[in-house]
Amino acid sequence: MIVAERKPLEQISSMIESNNKILIVGCGECVTVCSAGRKKEVEILASALNMVRSKEGKPVEIRQETLERQCDGEYLEQLRGFIGEYEVVISMACGAGVQFMAEKYKNSLVLPALNTKFIGVTEEQGVWSERCHACGDCKLHLTGGVCPIARCSKSLLNGPCGGSANGKCEISPDLVCGWQLIIERLSDLGQLEKYEEIIPINNWSTNRDGGPRKVVREDLRL
Amino acid sequence: MRLNYPSNVKIIKVPCTGKVDVIHLLQAFERGADGVYIAGCLEGDCHFLRGNLRARKRVEYTKRLLDEIGIGGERLQMYNMSAAQGPRFAEVAREMTERIMTLGPNPIRAKKGEAEMETG
Ligand code: SF4
Ligand code: SF4
Repeated sequence: MIVAERKPLEQISSMIESNNKILIVGCGECVTVCSAGRKKEVEILASALNMVRSKEGKPVEIRQETLERQCDGEYLEQLRGFIGEYEVVISMACGAGVQFMAEKYKNSLVLPALNTKFIGVTEEQGVWSERCHACGDCKLHLTGGVCPIARCSKSLLNGPCGGSANGKCEISPDLVCGWQLIIERLSDLGQLEKYEEIIPINNWSTNRDGGPRKVVREDLRL
Repeated sequence: MRLNYPSNVKIIKVPCTGKVDVIHLLQAFERGADGVYIAGCLEGDCHFLRGNLRARKRVEYTKRLLDEIGIGGERLQMYNMSAAQGPRFAEVAREMTERIMTLGPNPIRAKKGEAEMETG
């Protein structure tokens, strides 16, 4: 899932300083699973902003909505009937959702309430961590299913570097060295011979270095 | 046991403090409460095992949020006591009332009061 986190309240309230009629829109997919932009979080943000403004003697009118998701036009359509009545829309989706809403509603000012962090997993309730950088050319079959790009701090393809000590990465004693994990996993799988193979220089053009990316499936297009 | 506690304390009963969510606490302040405290069972004595521990974490989170809002996290507090500790209940009610008296009214209510004075 895409993992996100709410921006500091002060930053959000300063974005809407001069607005009095606000629509807050949550998203029911990734950011619901990571508890950043679910319906409950919409209620909390609305209540918090209400209080900030009442305290300043400048009350606001807030409407709350939560869509199935914000990265698909058909769900965004559900706002069509009333979005125009609001001076500003605060989206509690990931960066993709915020942008897509802004694209669909050219006359509306759409603002982000979250900081979008990474593609990751729920390690345990309340803890999420990064697993994939969407490099566009997955290498997990070479590395025992542990990603060298996302889990090594230097994205080394032939690690570990000299900073790996006691299984930890040199950037932090709390961080497991990604290459330590790769070697352990390959050894558990009886595939250590894969570690002997040098992975060639990466072609970063499939990653962000090749510019904004797009996937097209002609067979699915209408 | 007949014990006195300040009459300004309004009691809301919940089946377990684990039922209390962040939004409930926020809405109390949004509607003008000057202070809120949760009286949970003693730690380790929850009938649902971790209800009171989860309530404590939510209270901590909401305190930070109230600081961010500018209402002040010190207006919210978690207490633990058993159903057999009547005197402790009365003591906590007095302690919290005193704390709120020192802090003064909820700034939102104070502001609304001002606005009413101006228009009225
Ligand atoms: S190799 Fe690339 S696609 Fe595969 S998990 Fe790592 S970053 Fe993601
Ligand atoms: S210590 Fe390990 S994870 Fe950290 S940069 Fe070096 S190889 Fe990568």
